[in-house]
Amino acid sequence: MHSDPAEVRKSVRTYLMIGAALLVFTGITVAANLVHLAVPMAITVALIIASIKGAMVAAVFMHLNHEKKWIYGSLILTVAFFVVLLFLPLLTISDTIGTHINAPGPAHAESGQEHKD
Amino acid sequence: MNIPYTVETRPDTGLANGKLGIWLFLASEVMLFGALFSTYIILRIGAVEWPHGELSVWLGAINTVILISSSVTMVMAWASLKLNEWSKHRLYLILTFVLAGVFLVNKYFEYAEHLALGEGPWASTFLAIYFTLTGLHGLHIVGGMVVMAYFIGPGAKMAKTSPEQFTNRIEYTGLYWHFVDLVWIFLFPVLYLL
Repeated sequence: MHSDPAEVRKSVRTYLMIGAALLVFTGITVAANLVHLAVPMAITVALIIASIKGAMVAAVFMHLNHEKKWIYGSLILTVAFFVVLLFLPLLTISDTIGTHINAPGPAHAESGQEHKD
Repeated sequence: MNIPYTVETRPDTGLANGKLGIWLFLASEVMLFGALFSTYIILRIGAVEWPHGELSVWLGAINTVILISSSVTMVMAWASLKLNEWSKHRLYLILTFVLAGVFLVNKYFEYAEHLALGEGPWASTFLAIYFTLTGLHGLHIVGGMVVMAYFIGPGAKMAKTSPEQFTNRIEYTGLYWHFVDLVWIFLFPVLYLL
């Protein structure tokens, strides 16, 4: 964090430039949408631009480009848990709780019935 | 008794307590919105078809421009305090408040249009997650406006009695506001474009 007025004045120019860059990137996002790209490509482009914009806001406006290690530490922990949170629902795909693994299908059930008789 | 480390930094963390506090709060906010983004991904992957073009891209883009501009005015409000330019600080903070209000008015028109067509959160999975995500984000905008209104109004007195502490408070408000902007930067493409 800057305390020296000369440094703050220099930062003001950076803030305005980043603000302008963010507006330009917003324009690019909308323009890319007008081109009607294929869905996977559109998702990739939109998320890359959003990530660049997010990084600019975090680094410059939130001063993360020069912060104390305690803040970086807490954010690294947050990112780790955030990634787990995003991928946790994928576990539901392999979730077999509540399903009968050895349950006979309709064909087996019928044949079983015949065998008993 | 004075609360310690509101202006001076703690020797162990190198930070004022408020700064670490707001970052820990923002970390919890990341998890809150992260859970909803995760829900969005699961719903979208599991959906047979996903609506495209239901929302006005232009209205979303205008709101993005408004929020980015408000982030610039917010950081300028803090920088003006650092440069001891009080009237500029007031102007930038009021501008940020007004831009936040314009964002909400746009959102109101957007919601009203959908609801008039019977497109409420009950109408489809897409609209359910759209209203949930943007509604929660809107509540955060309201929260930010309440804090800004306090610092424009009664809270501004602190600038005379304890200017450094006031500057720190504006910085923490700014960190929160930039986070709200950051969330919208991801909400806009995810909901309006994809």
